[in-house]
Amino acid sequence: MTFQVIVFYSFAAWVVFSALMVITSKNSVKAALFLVLTFASASVIWLLLEAEFLALSLIVVYVGAVMVLLLFVVMMMDIDYAALRQGFVKKLPFAIAASLAFFALLYFFITHGEFSAVHFAQPEAKSADYSNIKELGRVMYTDYVIAFETAAVILLVAIISAIALTFRGRKHRKAQVISKQLAANKRNRLKIVSMDAVVEEPVSQVNDVEEEGEDK
Amino acid sequence: MADSVNYSIISSEIFLLIALCVIMLVDLFQRDKERKLTFMLTQGSLLTLFIMGVQDLGVQETIGFSGHWIQDQFAVVLKLAIYLTAFISLLYARPFIRERNLMRGEYYLLTLFSILGMMIMVSANSLLVVYLGLELLSLSLYALVALQRDSNDASEAAVKYFVMGGLASGFLLYGISLVYGMTGSILIDEVANYIAVSGANLMIQFGLVFIVVGISFKFGAAPFHMWLPDIYHGSPSSITAYISSVPKIAAFGMAFRVLESSFGGADIHWTPMIMIVAMLSVIVGNIVALIQTNLKRMLSYSAIAHIGYFLLGLSIGTDEAYAASMFYIIVYALMTLAGFGIIIFMSSDKNDYQQISDLRGMGRYHPWYALMFTIIMISMAGIPPLIGFWPKLEIFRLLVINDHVLAAVVAIAFSVVGLVYYLKVVKEMYFTEATDSPNVSNSRSLKIAISVNCLLLVIFGLMPDRIYYYCLSAFTSLN
Repeated sequence: MTFQVIVFYSFAAWVVFSALMVITSKNSVKAALFLVLTFASASVIWLLLEAEFLALSLIVVYVGAVMVLLLFVVMMMDIDYAALRQGFVKKLPFAIAASLAFFALLYFFITHGEFSAVHFAQPEAKSADYSNIKELGRVMYTDYVIAFETAAVILLVAIISAIALTFRGRKHRKAQVISKQLAANKRNRLKIVSMDAVVEEPVSQVNDVEEEGEDK
Repeated sequence: MADSVNYSIISSEIFLLIALCVIMLVDLFQRDKERKLTFMLTQGSLLTLFIMGVQDLGVQETIGFSGHWIQDQFAVVLKLAIYLTAFISLLYARPFIRERNLMRGEYYLLTLFSILGMMIMVSANSLLVVYLGLELLSLSLYALVALQRDSNDASEAAVKYFVMGGLASGFLLYGISLVYGMTGSILIDEVANYIAVSGANLMIQFGLVFIVVGISFKFGAAPFHMWLPDIYHGSPSSITAYISSVPKIAAFGMAFRVLESSFGGADIHWTPMIMIVAMLSVIVGNIVALIQTNLKRMLSYSAIAHIGYFLLGLSIGTDEAYAASMFYIIVYALMTLAGFGIIIFMSSDKNDYQQISDLRGMGRYHPWYALMFTIIMISMAGIPPLIGFWPKLEIFRLLVINDHVLAAVVAIAFSVVGLVYYLKVVKEMYFTEATDSPNVSNSRSLKIAISVNCLLLVIFGLMPDRIYYYCLSAFTSLN
């Protein structure tokens, strides 16, 4: 048993354990933290596959950014998890059947058919000084330069549209809009409404005197 | 050659991107409420692009950027059509957005970004770049639809458009990923090679189904048309005019690149699917349009029907038929612009024009514009002296030649059905009694734009061979 195999099985066990904990733990914050553990263990498995850059970006992007956002949402929302959890035992057989069926399907695809391991040769191990990032960068800026630049333009559009849709100018600004002031005229400022004269009920003199007396 | 980074074949895109950045910065420092400078710069860069495109006509097919980019006559002709229709749509938009709190620099910027996306779509040579171009186009359009922030209708339309667009992109991407899994490449040429060598196996066919569904979604063809009337109805009219016309030209480019260039060898698998979608669109579009009383919704359903006729051309699968489809989609874009131009023209004060019955009395009080509107409607219906007739004739002719007689008969029958609702508009203008004059815009530029657009329909109708010649040349140089 080589060192790699030991590492693989121990971290694979961590992945399975923490993934199970994600769906079984009672506290949602704990579940989110177990999801972080799942990602971290999965990234070790990617390291074993010599995908160092992807392993690091999994930690930086998913653990660092996505999960923190998710945690914020989970902490801010007041969800009654006990209610969501009802019928867990009743639905468990269906859940197990569905996951077994999915497992069988995946197993079938990996061992048979067009996407099976038979059709793909095992890749050669890279030398020690091989740099993932360098290779990715090389491909990105040569073969896929058009796609890369287009993606950059898409991000620019996202920035512009986010600003265009939400920015409404500074609030509570006390600046004068001269053109608006000059354009003001009687028609759009003053509204003359014709009304019937209201005849008020005659009020007795005594009350008035009393009120004035109170005011003083 | 294919590996070289050859900047000359993307010079138009580079120019547009630089122009965009300049316009963005210029717009930032503008204090003018009318955004006149932004508008002039936008139209100026479209004109420059048009001139650059005319220089490129008759270009040799060149593939560059490791096979991800292609420049050929097909892309050049489609791009010219895109610049022209976008130019006209911005002319229409200006008086409309001035009244509606939409006169912002972003309107022009997002339009230009979507044009860049369309240019990428029509000259992409890999499935990845096609998809990225499509996303660039769609994201700009979602934001454009939502730009009228205080309108409930527009916000609702934008959310619907966003969700449906995301769904369509999902279908398309899933299909592409299956094809990538099989062929091991996202380059269109290599996918075509794979199919030529080992044929289309079950996995490729499975992926093709998803790709066809995704493309039909983007076109708004039945049975994937549910989103289209709501969005065309809810968006501000000038934006409806834009999203219903120009992106369809680019979508044709995408459909051609993805379906024909990659899966041309397997066309027995996808042409029947396109044929079914096309027939359904012709039937559903024409029948549902009959009962609409709102002109915007009527035009949306008529757009579905038009897409049906256009897809019929795509489903034949010969070079001549692709040229006819291309002719159809360019003519469709011009006509739809004019059609929504009516709505913009009738609603340039604060009120939004909606109902067909509001056109009452046009024949008596505004005879010139009533004539223009009649030209648009008759051209959309496809009656001979006008441009709408010729591409329809070509598609029906090619259907009959290629043994799809039944489809041709059904399509012709439904185009007669379509005549009913187009003529209803004409009847409303000339033959229904009206007591007072309908409101029309008093913007001079809009009056000129709509007159020029309608006269173009007549002039091209009298000599349709010029556009069709360029469409045919796009396909003769492909082979």
